[in-house]
Amino acid sequence: MDGARISRALARLASEIVEENHGTSDLYLVGIRRRGVPLAERMADKIADLEGVRPPVGIVDITLYRDDLSTVGAKPIVNRTELDDIENRNIVLIDDVLYTGRTIRAALDQLIDFGRPRRVQLAVLIDRGKEHRELPIQADYVGKLVPTKRSEIIKVMLNEFDEEEGVVIVERPAAAAEAV
Amino acid sequence: MKLLIINGYVIDPSQGVNTGRNLLIEDGRLAGLFDVSEPAPADAEVLDATGLIVAPGFIDLHVHLREPGQEYKETIASGAAAAVAGGWTSVCAMPNTDPINDSPAVTRFIIEQGQRANLANVFPIGSITKGGEGRELAEMGEMKRAGIVAVSDDGRPVPSAGMMRRAMEYASGFDLPVVDHCEDRSLAAGGVMHEGRWSLVLGLKGMPATAEEVDAIRDCALAKLTGARVHLAHVSTRGALDAVRRAKEMGLQVTCEAAPHHWTLSDEAVKTYDTNNKMSPPLRSQDHIEALLEGLSDGTIDAIATDHAPHHADEKALEFDQAPFGITGLETAIGLAFELVHQGVITLERLVELCSTKPAKIFGLTERGTLAKGAWADVTLLDPQFQWTFDVSASKSKSRNSPFTGRSMTGAAVATIVGGRIVYLHPDFSRLTRLRTNAATR
Amino acid sequence: MPTVFNHRHLLGISELSAGEITHLLDTAETFRDVSRREIKKVPALRGRTVINLFFEPSTRTRTSFEIAAKRLSADAINISVSTSSVSKGETLLDTARNLEAMSPDCIVLRHSMAGAPYHLARICNASIVNAGDGAHEHPTQALLDALTIRERKGRIAGLNVAIIGDMLHSRVARSNIYLLTKLGATVRIAGPGTMVPKEFAELVDVGLRIAPSVAEAVSGADVVMILRIQRERQDAAFFPSLREYAIHYGLHADHLQQAAPDAIVMHPGPINRGIEIASELADGNQSLILDQVANGVAVRMAVLYLLAGGSRDGFIEESNGPAKPERKERQGNKG
Repeated sequence: MDGARISRALARLASEIVEENHGTSDLYLVGIRRRGVPLAERMADKIADLEGVRPPVGIVDITLYRDDLSTVGAKPIVNRTELDDIENRNIVLIDDVLYTGRTIRAALDQLIDFGRPRRVQLAVLIDRGKEHRELPIQADYVGKLVPTKRSEIIKVMLNEFDEEEGVVIVERPAAAAEAV
Repeated sequence: MKLLIINGYVIDPSQGVNTGRNLLIEDGRLAGLFDVSEPAPADAEVLDATGLIVAPGFIDLHVHLREPGQEYKETIASGAAAAVAGGWTSVCAMPNTDPINDSPAVTRFIIEQGQRANLANVFPIGSITKGGEGRELAEMGEMKRAGIVAVSDDGRPVPSAGMMRRAMEYASGFDLPVVDHCEDRSLAAGGVMHEGRWSLVLGLKGMPATAEEVDAIRDCALAKLTGARVHLAHVSTRGALDAVRRAKEMGLQVTCEAAPHHWTLSDEAVKTYDTNNKMSPPLRSQDHIEALLEGLSDGTIDAIATDHAPHHADEKALEFDQAPFGITGLETAIGLAFELVHQGVITLERLVELCSTKPAKIFGLTERGTLAKGAWADVTLLDPQFQWTFDVSASKSKSRNSPFTGRSMTGAAVATIVGGRIVYLHPDFSRLTRLRTNAATR
Repeated sequence: MPTVFNHRHLLGISELSAGEITHLLDTAETFRDVSRREIKKVPALRGRTVINLFFEPSTRTRTSFEIAAKRLSADAINISVSTSSVSKGETLLDTARNLEAMSPDCIVLRHSMAGAPYHLARICNASIVNAGDGAHEHPTQALLDALTIRERKGRIAGLNVAIIGDMLHSRVARSNIYLLTKLGATVRIAGPGTMVPKEFAELVDVGLRIAPSVAEAVSGADVVMILRIQRERQDAAFFPSLREYAIHYGLHADHLQQAAPDAIVMHPGPINRGIEIASELADGNQSLILDQVANGVAVRMAVLYLLAGGSRDGFIEESNGPAKPERKERQGNKG
């Protein structure tokens, strides 16, 4: 998947989100750090192109809500969560990859601590497939379904962090990369 | 009973001997030095000292044996065992026991316990004042008759110059040296380490070098006034050494000793708050260490003494402020002194002088500190190249409070002979290979 | 590569690098946000146990640590040991062994004797946080002061900081001097000669100077820190009277006129009004003192999170004290 296809996938997701939510009122895009954040910003731009109104974008950092803190080696760096009032808003959580569902669980827990949204939906660029899910969590909007093996890692590269655009499958540990 | 030590290299500064000689011991006394080519007497046991230094027995002027009263820290027997394992044939026991050695009864008890242990010679030091309280003179004459070799209020220095003057004047009448732990309490009270950059970094109350220096200067002035024999214990500062140097130039009877930890470690060692680096006087800064090395080399320092101060592990496990002062030292001193020899600070001959010849003179221990014919057969055998690592858990002392565990050293006392008896032989110098009857050598 | 905080204990600022200090401050800023939310709690340390072991009374520091632990969802247990029970023979060692039975993840220790946290670190498996040990260090106080300064001034590097008062007995002064000079500030200290030993200038290699008077220390300063004067020091003859101290070593309004125009005045509290600081100056800075309380919780959350969060592997062992530890950098992985 290259930059152009990422852009097209986001445009499609944007129109689906607008359609499902009957426009942009009360719509609040929330990116999950790190790669969910630029994706949410781009999504907001796409929606602005469609509707002429840019929905606000918030950021959640799930570090403090992770359920695996006791097993990770070094302490993850905690970054800021930037959320406005989410009471009665239509939240769309945005992340790059949906895999076990645990990141989304952590993000949902954090959202609930900030207030009571009317509705929370989930948009992801890549869904690695239901068989990897460890929690009953599914995406409402999927850019591309990429069935993968456990031995593989999906690498989403965005200009904001990686100085290139694209999605590749990498063998774990780092082996030959194969374009999707 | 004859013992012949053959093939050793004899260093005896008292006779100016520094050459290969056989040493014959007969009935606990030295029977003379002989040329290595001379045949051994037929009935002598033979100890082969090839590659070893044969020196007059080492004398430690400053140990705390804790008995009577604090036998959980050390007994005279365990302390004497540690002494001979460290190469010391004689130890001089400081009086701050419980009860304090301020009476002939306690003096006699210490001597008897030393004889019972039957390892190193134990010479008691009596207190200067009753109870060590700095107010009334103790019965020095009676204690001298019972066997003390010096007087000291070590650990609780005599605070008043007036009292010290009287002590010196009175002790002179019995030819007893007065040993002082120089510390002006008004400057040092409450301190737990050397005052300087590290005490500020660590937030610990410091004891300024000045506290030792003003008392040393006072004692030297009093030595001039009284003409007494004055010995400054464990000198740790440049200023105190300067005072001693000046006193010697003036011809006063002032001597001093240095303890191995004071030249080996600096106050920086305290930075881990390990209480095995807490002692009094405290570990000093680099400049003072350099002064000590100068003093050892130029003769200002007369003796190496350990200030062996055993404490129970539970006491040393307290916070730094609360733990007692002192470390053990009998088994590490010679290894640390050899570091000076290998670094070229002192010669081997000077090492023997610092550990034997001079200490015997300072405390008037006649017929010791020499290998002259007729003297007591106290002999220390040294291996200057012996490589070893100190393991405090294997110490003969009852206590374990040493900062030197794990330290690798080169040079050690490998055999200790007291009164003609081999009381310690390092396990690596097994009797089987070293000691044999003369019949077998023929 | 971002700096990773891999210390097992927080015993003093002296053993931290500038990068590690900055990382702690950055993390604290995130936690300051948490305290501003309606639900001021995150589950980061759920199931972890933090023991506040206080051998010296200090309601403010203890409360701050307790709130910090609770906002991280840790179980916080407060144990105050009166000095009288210590004198009855219960030692720090005994107490620590009893505490180990509770298998705490973190022990926050306040003790009147310097080095007590090092002692505890040698015998306990828990991470030890020094909450003030004698005249040695008070690292979280320095971190919260730095967070407050950074909030007000936007930086630490290049600032001129004056610290006034009893340096000799102050753990706050030591920790602040280490922290501020490591981050590139210039520190000038002033106080009575009995309380500012000349060796203090050698405490750090660069950035520290003893000023001959309060006026010279404060002149041009961006930040003025006032240390609390303890009245019992007067009895120990460190200074002749509180009156004399107030006149010669207290901070007055005319001192501040010589400071930088937007200088801030800080005090670790509680203030002896009219002694170390003129009353009107103390009141003028009320808001700053409240900031310091909020920053105190944030800094302590960051410290507890960085020590008690994550696995127990990969720490730098630093039982060797304030010497610079060798650093093993480990990169975090998003799981």
